Amino acid sequence: MWIELAHFALISAMFIALFAGVISLVGAAKNKVAQMAIAKPSSILVCLLVSLSFAALINAFVNDDFSVLYVANHSNTLLPLIYKVSAVWGGHEGSLLLWILMLTWWSALVAVLSKKLPYEMLARILGVLNLVAFGFLLFILATSNPFLRILPAVFEGRDLNPLLQDPGLAIHPPLLYLGYVGFSVAYAFAVAALLSGKLDSAWARWSRPWTTAAWAFLTLGIMVGSWWSYYELGWGGWWFWDPVENASLMPWLVGTALMHSLAVTEKRGLFRHWTILLAISAFSLSLLGTFLVRSGVLTSVHAFATDPSRGLFILLFLVAVIGSSLILFAWRASKLQAQQSQNNPEKAISAFSIFSTESLLLVNNILLVVVCATVLLGTLYPLIVDVFNVGKISVGPPYFNAVFVPLMLPILLLVAIVNYSKWKQSSIMQNVLKNKLVIAYFVISLILAIIIPIVLNKQNSEQILLEKNNSILVEICLFAGIFLAINTIINTLIRIKQQASLFSVPMAFYGMQIAHFGLAIFVIGATIVSTYEIEKDIKLSAGESVTILDYTFKLNSIKIVEGANYSAAQGDFDLIQNNQVVNKLYPEKRNYFSSTMPMTEAAIDIGFWRDVYVSLAEPIDKDKPLDAWAMRIYYKPCVDWLWLGCLLMAVGGIISILDRRYRKGIVKQ
Amino acid sequence: MKFNKYIVLVIVFFALVILLAIGLSLDPREVPSPLINKAAPDFSLPVLESQNPKELLQSNTNSKDNAEKVVNNLNNISPRDLKGKFWLLNVWATWCISCRAEHTLLVDFANKNPDVTIIGLNYKEVRGDSDIDSSKMSEETERSLADSRAKKWLVERGNPYDWVAMDLNGRIGIDYGVYGVPETYLIDKEGIIRMKHTGPLTPEIINSKILPTIKSLGM
Amino acid sequence: MKNRHQKLAIIVLALIVIAAVVALVLNALNSNIALYISPSDVKAGKYPNDKIFRIGGLVKENSVQRQADGVSVSFIVTDTNNEVKVLYKGILPDLFSEGKGVVAQGKIDSQKNFVAQEVLAKHDENYMPPEAAKALQDAHVEGVKAKYENQENNK
Repeated sequence: MWIELAHFALISAMFIALFAGVISLVGAAKNKVAQMAIAKPSSILVCLLVSLSFAALINAFVNDDFSVLYVANHSNTLLPLIYKVSAVWGGHEGSLLLWILMLTWWSALVAVLSKKLPYEMLARILGVLNLVAFGFLLFILATSNPFLRILPAVFEGRDLNPLLQDPGLAIHPPLLYLGYVGFSVAYAFAVAALLSGKLDSAWARWSRPWTTAAWAFLTLGIMVGSWWSYYELGWGGWWFWDPVENASLMPWLVGTALMHSLAVTEKRGLFRHWTILLAISAFSLSLLGTFLVRSGVLTSVHAFATDPSRGLFILLFLVAVIGSSLILFAWRASKLQAQQSQNNPEKAISAFSIFSTESLLLVNNILLVVVCATVLLGTLYPLIVDVFNVGKISVGPPYFNAVFVPLMLPILLLVAIVNYSKWKQSSIMQNVLKNKLVIAYFVISLILAIIIPIVLNKQNSEQILLEKNNSILVEICLFAGIFLAINTIINTLIRIKQQASLFSVPMAFYGMQIAHFGLAIFVIGATIVSTYEIEKDIKLSAGESVTILDYTFKLNSIKIVEGANYSAAQGDFDLIQNNQVVNKLYPEKRNYFSSTMPMTEAAIDIGFWRDVYVSLAEPIDKDKPLDAWAMRIYYKPCVDWLWLGCLLMAVGGIISILDRRYRKGIVKQ
Repeated sequence: MKFNKYIVLVIVFFALVILLAIGLSLDPREVPSPLINKAAPDFSLPVLESQNPKELLQSNTNSKDNAEKVVNNLNNISPRDLKGKFWLLNVWATWCISCRAEHTLLVDFANKNPDVTIIGLNYKEVRGDSDIDSSKMSEETERSLADSRAKKWLVERGNPYDWVAMDLNGRIGIDYGVYGVPETYLIDKEGIIRMKHTGPLTPEIINSKILPTIKSLGM
Repeated sequence: MKNRHQKLAIIVLALIVIAAVVALVLNALNSNIALYISPSDVKAGKYPNDKIFRIGGLVKENSVQRQADGVSVSFIVTDTNNEVKVLYKGILPDLFSEGKGVVAQGKIDSQKNFVAQEVLAKHDENYMPPEAAKALQDAHVEGVKAKYENQENNK
C-alpha cells in the first residue's frame, strides 16, 4: 500500500517538476509575477513528495517487504537493522532515488533560504532545478523503478552485497551525492545568470555559499569512500584511480576551481565567463560520472549491474542538460562580451595585473582544469582505443601518478604564496622579498624536506621490501606540503594579531586557512605513506610471528567465529612493541551465507603516526582452515593524515559558509 | 559575423557524446555468437535424476503430450531428441546470483508459453562454485552433490525446465561459448541456433528479442 | 606598450606550459598503458617483449600450485584453445578461483612463463573481467571457424 502511494508520489513529483519548471522559466522570461510565484511552493512540494517515497522505501526495507523486487534483491531478514536502512541505496534504483532526494532537498533549501534573491532570479534558478529533477524522475520511473512488485512475494531476500555491509556505506553515498548534486545549484545559478544576462558580482556572491557547501560535501564523500576502501576492500589501498573514483575526483577538481573563480568574480567582477563555464562543467562532470558508473561503458569495481537502456537514457539526458547549456553559453557569452568591450574596450582585457591575487587564482584555476582534463583523458583512453578498434588497453595508476603529481606541485606552491598577494596589485614579488620571514620558512621547509626522507630511509633500511625509486619528487612534495603548512599557520596568526581579536577576523578567512592547511596535511601524508609504507606477504601458522620495524605480529590462533549472517575464520594476533603487547588484532575472512563471495576484513591498529594492518588471504591448505594461512601485513606511516587533511578541507569550507557576509545576504545592486 | 570561439566547446562536447555513444554500443556481451544460424553443437548429457522435475513439482502439467513423456524416460538428453521442437537452452547454476533474478522470470515465461520447450543446462554446478573445493572429489560425489543442489533450487524457486542437463565439467559450455552464467540460446525446429543472450534475461529481452524471434520463425 | 610586452610574455609562457603538459601526458600514456593480449596470441608469440601487458581468460581447473613459502603461486590461464602458465608472488584476490575468469598483468620471462605483477578478478561473482570474456569469445570464434572448416574439408 505504502509502496503504491510512494510510486504515485514519485509520478506526481515528476509532473509537478516539469510543469513548475517550464512555467517559472517562461514566467521569468515574460516577467509575469504570477507564473514565477509557482517556483517556490512547487520546489518544496516536489521535495516533500520525493521524501515521502524515499521514506516508504526505507519502511519497506525495515519491514522486510520482499514483495518489492528491489527490496528482495538487496535485503535479507538476517541483515542488521542499520544495513537494512543503508541497503536502500545499495543498488542502482535506490541510490538513484537517494540522488533525486538530495537534489530536491537542495532545491527546497534554495527556495526557503534565498529570501534576498531577486524574484525573477529565484524563479529561474528553481525552474532550472525543477527541470533537472524532472529529468532524473523520468529516468528513475522509466528505467529504474524501485517500487516494482514481485508477486507472489519471495520468502527471503537475496541480501546486500557483503562488500556494502559496512558503516562506510551508510554515509559514503549520501555525502557523495550531496556533493555531486549540490553542483546542480551552482549550475542552476549559472544558467539563470545566462538567461537573465546579468553576470555581476552579486550573482557570484549568491552562488558562492552553495558551491562551497557542495564542494565540502563532495570532499567528505570522497574522503569516506577512500577510507572505506582502505579498510573494507582489505588490501590497504586508499586510492586506485578506478574510473569511478576518477568520476568523483573530476567534479571535485573543477568544483575547487569554481569556488576560487567565484571569489574573483565576487571581489573583482572578473573571469565571469570562466566562472560560468566552470559551474556548468562541475555539474556536467557529475552527470558524466553518473553515466560512467551506471552505463557499464567503463568497467570498475563500483559498477552497478549494468543495463544499456539506462546508459542511453543518461547519455540523452547529458546531451539535453549540458548540450543546451553550452549552446546557451556560447550564444550568450559572446553577446555579453561584445557589450562588455563596447563599454570599456581596454579595461576588459587587462583589468588585472600579473602578480595580483586574481592572476594567481586564475593560474591555479587553469592548472586544476588541466589536471582534470588529464584525469578525464586517462579515464576515457581505454574507451577511445576500443572505439577506434586498435585493441584493448588499460591505463593504470602509474599514468595518473606520473601526470597528477607534477601538475599539482605548482598549485601547492601558489597556494602557499597567495598569502602575500593582494587584489589588483602586482605586489607579490615585493611582498615576498620584503618579508624576510618567508625566506626563513622556505629554508626551514627545505631542510625538513631533506631530513625527513633521510631519517625514514634509515629506519627502513633493514627492510628491503619495497623498492620505491626514491626520486627527488619525494623531497619536492614534502617541501611543498611543509612550506604550505608553515605559511598557512603563521599568516593566520599574523592576521589574528593584526585584528586584535579572534572574532573580528572574517570566518571566510579562517575557513580558507583551515582548508589550505588540510591540503598541506594531505600532501605530506600522501607523500610519506606512498613512499615509506611496508608490505609483507607471508605464511603464518599459530604460534609463529613476523616483525616489521619495531612491531612484532604474533599469531596466537585461528578460529572459526559466527556472525549474524556470516561465518568467518578469525586470526588472533598480538601486536608487540618493545616486548609489550600494545594491541590485539582480529582480522577475519568472512563467508556470508547468502553469497559465495568471501570477504576480507582487515584488522587495523590506528595511530596518528602510523597504522599497522593485517589481512587474512587464504588457508594454505583448504582442508585445514585452522592451519597455516597466507596473509598480508602492512606498516603505513602517516596514512590517517590523508583523511585528516580531507576533513580539514571540508571543515574549512563549511566554516567559510558561516561568514557573516553571506548571512546578511544584502546585496547592493 | 565574428567567429564565436565558444562554439568550439560545443563541438568538443558533442564529439565526447559520440565517443560515449559508440562506447555504449560496444558492450562486450553483445558480441554476436559465431554459432548464430549454425547447428546447435551436439551433446548427450545426463538429465537431472527425477524423470521430469516439472511434473513432480507442478500438479497441472496435463498439457504436455505423450511424445515428450517418451523422451522423458531417457537418462540422457541430446539436441537430436528435440528435433521438430522450438527450444530454449538456459545456462544456469545455483552459485550464480544473477540466475536468481532471472529464474523468477523464466518460471513466469514457462507458464505463459507452454509450447516452448525449455532445457536447462546446469553449468559447472560444483566446480564453478568457489566455495567448494572439488579437486579431490570423486565423480560420483560431485554428481550427487550437483543433483541435490540443483533439485533443492528447483523445489525452492519453481521449475521452468522441461529437462535439466547436467554439464558438470563445463565441456558443453565450451562448445557453446558460454563465458558467463546465465546465458540463453533459442534453437529452432531444425536444430539451428537463432538467438543468443548473455547475462540474465529481463522482461525487455523476453518481449523484444525472444518472443519476436519465436514468432518470426513461425510458431 | 608595457601591456603588449606583458601579453606577449604571458602567451609565450602559456605555450611553454602547454607544451610541457602535453609532453608529460603523452610520455605518461606511452609508458603506462598495458595492452591486452589473449593467451592464443601469447602462444603465437604476438606480444611485446619489453613492455608490461595483460592477459585474460579462465584459470584452468586443478592448475593452481602453491610453493612452500605460501605466497608464491603458479596457475594456468586458458582461453580454451591455448594456455599460458602464470607465476605470481603475492596474495591472490578474494574472487580468484579455478574455472573462473582472471586478468593478470606482467611480462613473459625466458621460460615463456608469464610473470605477473598483479592479478585481478572482478568484484562480482558472475561477470568476468571484460578482457577475459573477450579472450574466451575470440577463442570460441576461432574454434567454431576451425570446426566448420574441417567439416568443409572432410566433405
